[in-house]
Amino acid sequence: MAETSIVHRRPNYILVFVFLGLLTAVEVGVAFIGLLEAIRVPLLVALAIAKATLVGMYYMHLRFEGRVLRFIAVGPLLLAIILTLPPLVDSISHH
Amino acid sequence: MSHTSVSEHHATPTWQGIPTTKFAMWLFLASEVMFFAGLIGAYIVLRSGASEWPVLSEILNVPLVAGNTFILIVSSVTMVRAFAAIEDGNPQGMRRMLITTAALGAIFLSIQAFEWSALLSEGTTPSTSVFGSVFFTLTGFHGLHVLGGVLTLVVVIVKAFRGAFSQARHGGVELMGLYWHFVDVVWIFLFTILYLI
Repeated sequence: MAETSIVHRRPNYILVFVFLGLLTAVEVGVAFIGLLEAIRVPLLVALAIAKATLVGMYYMHLRFEGRVLRFIAVGPLLLAIILTLPPLVDSISHH
Repeated sequence: MSHTSVSEHHATPTWQGIPTTKFAMWLFLASEVMFFAGLIGAYIVLRSGASEWPVLSEILNVPLVAGNTFILIVSSVTMVRAFAAIEDGNPQGMRRMLITTAALGAIFLSIQAFEWSALLSEGTTPSTSVFGSVFFTLTGFHGLHVLGGVLTLVVVIVKAFRGAFSQARHGGVELMGLYWHFVDVVWIFLFTILYLI
């Protein structure tokens, strides 16, 4: 065997795509229906995170990878949150 | 102590059961996550401190770029289907999907270029406002990543036509896919924070 690979059932890529499309449509809808900013902003961020998770888990196959690769993928996200959350909280507390 | 091992002559060495090339690509993507996290953190600080911020729907073509976001998502589908095709021993299907992915990436860049030229002609430049500076920096760096991805896809397509990939050996297609999906993930966040929030 030329390369090591983890054997797994192939995800339904089209179904994932349908969810991604729906989430994008919901995002655009949420942005324009005039919700309170305190609800709209976290909801939009949550929708973006949901879409990114779908791409990461099923298109990048993280769902089927071992702990080492998952750690490399998720680890910097935690650092990214540390980089972005304090200024976000600071900006909210000043408004 | 763990060590890399080579399963057979000319095969990709592995570490902890992971091909070292895949491991390296994920490490690279991890560094890219930090790069974009820094830019997004700067955006948050600059936006919260800005005295004014435009009404996004008035200066940005949100429906057009929502469509462009959809195009990039479709390109992720075609990219993963290229990988699935060669996993199934279908090099022709792989080549078709790779070409489609590159074409969709080029369309994405064209629409971004159109968006940029519209903004610039309306007087929003990197130096006229904090919004302009942030917008062009974030979309510019993302665009460069997409361009790099499209150019690399062209190289992969040429290799595919030369028979470089097979059912037994297609790590390069997987690596290309990882990079391309990452570029899509970054845009998912940029579209949300630059166009919708």
